[in-house]
Amino acid sequence: MRIIPHHATTTRRFFLTGVGSFVGSFGVAPAFILRPAAATPASMAAAIHEVVGQAAVRQGKVKLDIPPLVENGNAVSLTVSVDSPMTESDYVKSVHILNEKNPQSNVTIFHLGPRAGRARVSTRIRLANSQTVVAIAHLSDDSFWSDSVDVMVTLAACLEDLR
Amino acid sequence: MARALINVPRKARRGEIVEIKTLVSHPMETGYRRDNIGNPIPRDIISRFVCMYNGTEVFRADLFPAVAANPFLSFFTVATESGTLEFQWTDDQDNTQTASASIEVE
Amino acid sequence: MSEVLENLRSRTLSALLLPALSLIAPPASSTEIPAAQKQSDYESMSPQTRAMQDDDSVNPGMFWVLDGEERWGRKDGSSNLSCADCHTSESMRGVAARYPSFEVESQRPIDLQERINICRSRRQNATPFRYESKELLALSAFVAYESRGVPIQITIDERLNPFFDAGRALFETRQGQLNISCAQCHDDNWGKRMAGNIIPQAQPTGYPVYRLEWQELGSLQRRLRNCLFGMRAETYPYGAIEYIELELYMAWRANGLKIETPAVRP
Repeated sequence: MRIIPHHATTTRRFFLTGVGSFVGSFGVAPAFILRPAAATPASMAAAIHEVVGQAAVRQGKVKLDIPPLVENGNAVSLTVSVDSPMTESDYVKSVHILNEKNPQSNVTIFHLGPRAGRARVSTRIRLANSQTVVAIAHLSDDSFWSDSVDVMVTLAACLEDLR
Repeated sequence: MARALINVPRKARRGEIVEIKTLVSHPMETGYRRDNIGNPIPRDIISRFVCMYNGTEVFRADLFPAVAANPFLSFFTVATESGTLEFQWTDDQDNTQTASASIEVE
Repeated sequence: MSEVLENLRSRTLSALLLPALSLIAPPASSTEIPAAQKQSDYESMSPQTRAMQDDDSVNPGMFWVLDGEERWGRKDGSSNLSCADCHTSESMRGVAARYPSFEVESQRPIDLQERINICRSRRQNATPFRYESKELLALSAFVAYESRGVPIQITIDERLNPFFDAGRALFETRQGQLNISCAQCHDDNWGKRMAGNIIPQAQPTGYPVYRLEWQELGSLQRRLRNCLFGMRAETYPYGAIEYIELELYMAWRANGLKIETPAVRP
């Protein structure tokens, strides 16, 4: 990739980098042992611990929106919103999205603040398998709130022949 | 090839909360895939995205391989004043790409 | 099957036996989708995937369209001509809706990609682009995008007839280790679920398409190869006449449906 500063007119398009692409599935075995869906794998629990430390994580305020059955694990639409007035004294500092069965627990971390106005972010993520996805919000009063969704991911019928 | 697509309203009222949608072209190679003869494909992902509004950071995201290819991010910001929104994507090797859009606030 | 019944009648078998014998006979070839039920594969997608296609600013396929728009104006080849030197982009409206079409010099139908490559070699005196190359995909995406909203309109004349018949036969013939035909899924069982997806009618309205499985844009030929692989059948090489024949039949089958390039598909 190159550094290309580019200024554009209002709404659209700007600039570059090489897109290489290979087809294939996620081939390498994950680094941790997979557990059944009912149990939270140790790595996700460890990742949550890294985020919250000793603080309690409460259910509520956070709404994680993911379709329960996804068409393709390569691009799963996700919207996370937190019920917060987003004022200077009461706002969302960050939202952490974590997963259970991908090779890594972290998916993405959103850093917000009072300038956001609304604590709602959308993105598209990859899910390697049917699993639980968790969102943890860190508020300005240092409290932690979470929501989770169990997502079913299936393989496509017509895949690609790599040859 | 590619580029970024930014969707920002051209105008807003002061104090209005506006939605910003961004899409950047990038394969987000996880580092876990192998090619057709079994060689690992090296990791190559965008790991950071920042939105600055007249020089002040208003939104930031840390991205990991689990973010889908051609990363899409949509978020909100308060239209405080007229000016420039700057977007910056940074990859693992600290290469950056930037884009900007102007907004008129009345 | 009607042939079998004719033979049976000629041997004067009693009418009572006929229903039993017709059960033994293999089923008739799959019925085509009635015109009133014809629909885009868009209708078989989840709301989230549809949302990805509906908004140009969140549709990754647009990166290729924009790239194609830029290449349209780029001079190339020893003739040092760009597409724009001969064609306005507006004149491209409706073109993609009429492909595959008969090409006089090669005396066979060609698809849009081949048309672009023919222009490159004959007009620009430049090397044709490889199949699935980003250049060819970008230009195909841009040209097809110019026909977005235009209904597909394929007319089969006597020159196209043999290729059309071959394409239809390919669509309806069982193939591969799974011994299934395209028609069995896409004519007979569209709308039903297979794993996490709803089986679409397989109407090629949005090609080249951003397929979530590929995480990039790809051509109809690439998609057909995936289908063949899905059936565990041998894939023909890129550019094989079988793909053109299939594409011709499938485009005719999609007549009336509007072009939606760049579509997003699971």
